[in-house]
Amino acid sequence: MRVTVLVRPKAGILDPQGDAVRGGLDHLGFRVNEARVGRVIDLDVDASSTGEARAAAEEMCRSLLANPLIESYEIEVHGNGGR
Amino acid sequence: MTEARPRIGVLVFPGSNDDGDAALALEAVGAEAVLVWHAERELPRLDAVVLPGGFSYGDYLRCGAIARFSTVLRAVSAFAAEGGPVLGICNGFQILCEAGLLPGVLRPNAGLGFVCRDVAVRVERAAPPFTSRCETGQRLVIPVKHGEGCYYAPAGLLAELEGRGQVVLRYEAEENPNGSLANIAGVVDARGNVMGLMPHPEHAVDPLLGSTDGALVLGSLVDAARDRALAAV
Repeated sequence: MRVTVLVRPKAGILDPQGDAVRGGLDHLGFRVNEARVGRVIDLDVDASSTGEARAAAEEMCRSLLANPLIESYEIEVHGNGGR
Repeated sequence: MTEARPRIGVLVFPGSNDDGDAALALEAVGAEAVLVWHAERELPRLDAVVLPGGFSYGDYLRCGAIARFSTVLRAVSAFAAEGGPVLGICNGFQILCEAGLLPGVLRPNAGLGFVCRDVAVRVERAAPPFTSRCETGQRLVIPVKHGEGCYYAPAGLLAELEGRGQVVLRYEAEENPNGSLANIAGVVDARGNVMGLMPHPEHAVDPLLGSTDGALVLGSLVDAARDRALAAV
């Protein structure tokens, strides 16, 4: 089952990478008030239901994929399509 | 030799690169350094443990995030729980934070650049096992070299750390190389036997290197390790 995990720097946390991206966009003439850079992790997991896949991904986020002090995460379960 | 050399383990992860320097520096200040591979399940008989700098597991995902699942880290956690002194330097500091053995987290430098230079830090806490050879308020010059050394802890946690005196080293305000909160360069855990710092004391143990202030930190660790060895006899 395909699962996508989105990890983002929490609001209020300084994001130097995002600032650099915003600066680069600004240099190109794009007006952007803020840019924040996170991370996408695409997973393929064996699970019998979307609920099971989501629960597994939750556990992965809590134990490794995100650091709760500075990052938030979102989980999208896509089912078995798109393989 | 008049005094026995305490045995201090230096962990070696794939991607560690200061393990050799840490071992040499520890030997120079009176320890017997023992390299310990990351896949070991048990520690040999040791009186202290050092997690050296480098880029363990390529620093993928987040610095230290993968290393904390190595089997040797479980053994180090048990060693720390028994009161054994554990010192994490740079990447070692990042690993200890990810492992939950130290509070907070190290983030990319505020200025985005990799910083490699001598910095001045103040000793905020002069106590065993890491700073017994220092004076409170003493100024130490020790090099840093890192891209992700910006210490961060949420406001509530920071207040707890300050209240309990867990901030051991602080960058001189004008020298903060990475945007660390409250100029924090090194912290200990609540019990005081686990420490992490971003500066590299192992690169400052010989006048040829420009400073010997790092020997005060590593020497304090050797003293504590020797005391622990004697107490175990």
